[in-house]
Amino acid sequence: MLLEVRDLHVEFHTREGVAKAVNGVSYSVDAGETLAVLGESGSGKSVTAQAIMGILDVPPGRISGGEVLFKGRDLLKLKEDQRRKVRGAEMAMIFQDALSSLNPVLSVGQQLGEMFIVHRGMSRKDARTKAVELMDRVRIPAARERVGQYPHQFSGGMRQRIMIAMALALEPSLIIADEPTTALDVTVQAQVMDLLAELQRELNMGLILITHDLGVVADVADKIAVMYAGRIVETAPVHDIYKAPAHPYTRGLLDSIPRLDQKGQDLYAIKGLPPNLLNIPPGCAFNPRCPRAREVCTRDEPPLYEVSGTRRSACHFWRETLDDVDI
Amino acid sequence: MGRYVIRRLLQMIPVFIGTTLLIFVMVNVLGDPIQGLCGDKACDPATEAQLRSEFGLDKPLWQQYLTYMGHLFEGNFGTAFNGQPVIDLIGTAFPVTIRLTIIAIIFEIIIGIALGVLTGLRRGSPSDTTVLLLTLVVISVPTFVTGLVAQLLFGVKWNLIQPSVSPDAPFDQLVLPGLVLASVSLAYVTRLTRTSIAENRRSDYVRTATAKGLPRRRVIVRHLLRNSLIPVVTFIGTDIGGLMGGAIVTERIFNIHGVGFQLYQGILRQNSQTVVGFVTVLVLVFLVANLLVDLLYAVLDPRIRYA
Repeated sequence: MLLEVRDLHVEFHTREGVAKAVNGVSYSVDAGETLAVLGESGSGKSVTAQAIMGILDVPPGRISGGEVLFKGRDLLKLKEDQRRKVRGAEMAMIFQDALSSLNPVLSVGQQLGEMFIVHRGMSRKDARTKAVELMDRVRIPAARERVGQYPHQFSGGMRQRIMIAMALALEPSLIIADEPTTALDVTVQAQVMDLLAELQRELNMGLILITHDLGVVADVADKIAVMYAGRIVETAPVHDIYKAPAHPYTRGLLDSIPRLDQKGQDLYAIKGLPPNLLNIPPGCAFNPRCPRAREVCTRDEPPLYEVSGTRRSACHFWRETLDDVDI
Repeated sequence: MGRYVIRRLLQMIPVFIGTTLLIFVMVNVLGDPIQGLCGDKACDPATEAQLRSEFGLDKPLWQQYLTYMGHLFEGNFGTAFNGQPVIDLIGTAFPVTIRLTIIAIIFEIIIGIALGVLTGLRRGSPSDTTVLLLTLVVISVPTFVTGLVAQLLFGVKWNLIQPSVSPDAPFDQLVLPGLVLASVSLAYVTRLTRTSIAENRRSDYVRTATAKGLPRRRVIVRHLLRNSLIPVVTFIGTDIGGLMGGAIVTERIFNIHGVGFQLYQGILRQNSQTVVGFVTVLVLVFLVANLLVDLLYAVLDPRIRYA
């Protein structure tokens, strides 16, 4: 297994108290595989990714438990200097907003070339050549002429391509893409996603795709992990989940996708709001919003039940949800 | 870029005329220069009339101004009442003040930015609070107090420096006066850098730089500092003019015969030619410094392009 996250806990110490952002998350990605991590804002999907990358703001953040096994090594036990060498070279991250994520005062060539200068000890001149190659690879037209330009001189889609190029620079074995297409136009979204998927296949990389867009997931992901209030509530191969979700929250997410055959009807929305991470409700964190909630849900935290060999669901009533019967 | 510079240079003309006219009028309104020359006694009418015609003071003010400006373009700044050409005074005073300003700016850059970066990265820590408090003290205490105390301690009590600077004012004698002159701006530079660093530290591109696996030093210097220094450079640039003209107190305390000293003497003796001449040069310094800052701004931040 390329990456295995085991029972990860992350908390943030704030003025109001301790916010438990990640509470025992476990997932894994293999080489060439795509894991989609799904969930609302504040579900802990990005924080998990930052903990894996080692770019969590510490303090206020703190990893309070768990392991991040990458190629067999526990990254959380590495010294910062060794950890740094893994970042960018062996695992890389693509962020949501390319305009703010790229440095406004350095040319894209400098920002791309920097990877080779720092990690590979290349000369500036060679790094620049490499930067042009990378820009060609992510299909930015006139790469040679544009290598000296600054991020604000590129369009949104082109900027995200530069982010992708930067992540791919040293051909890492794992890419974490945190909502890579959210800030883009729909047409550009598809192009960027296709490019990412294509490069992933070519380099046989593991990909963790963090998103809240179920439409994107269906096309590119192999498996899905659905997160809620810092926990994984369901994991499954992508097709199983679309066929029949085994958790009421996943069901709610699927039902809130607009569909052509329901044109004119009200769009479904999960009622209520995600819980305050300073004060997660006892039992199942989803129970205040769950249409299936029973007394047991407010009392006992559901474990990750084994639904099948490749599926898990953290719902006391996963069987009923799966069969879609009322209890 | 070229067109922008030309436009800015053209804009300087009305500003230059406006400021010099203002100074000219003010110096003449503030007191009668001839009266000042005679002191407490009443002037001898014959001498007065002779002086008036000699310096052109019997003509209307607007005519005096035009004559003055005309001479200015020939490089003639007029003559002080003691017969010395003002251009000579300028020639001896400005190099001294420029040396003093250079030292002050170096202090601002080295100490101000270093303290700002250190505190900005450790916001809320005891060292941050201490530095913040110190800057507040420096900003609140007037320069003449800071200057006199520094002179007393370093010059008189500990005998580390000469309390009074010699007339040729070499660099080594100007170190302490330079620090005193820089003190208030230095405190502002510290605060400005601190705020800027603290603000940018959590920015997305710094997170990206960290995620790229760059060493912390490189993340701070190349990514964080480069962006955070844009407002600081602007401040320091505009401060050059302020420091040169604002050294009156510091130069008085340390007996430095620079611009501030000459201006002070000029005002005290109602020597309008000297005052107007020096202020005119200061206005030019100010305008050029501001233009350079604006051009530097475009170099530092590629998002700004002047057309």
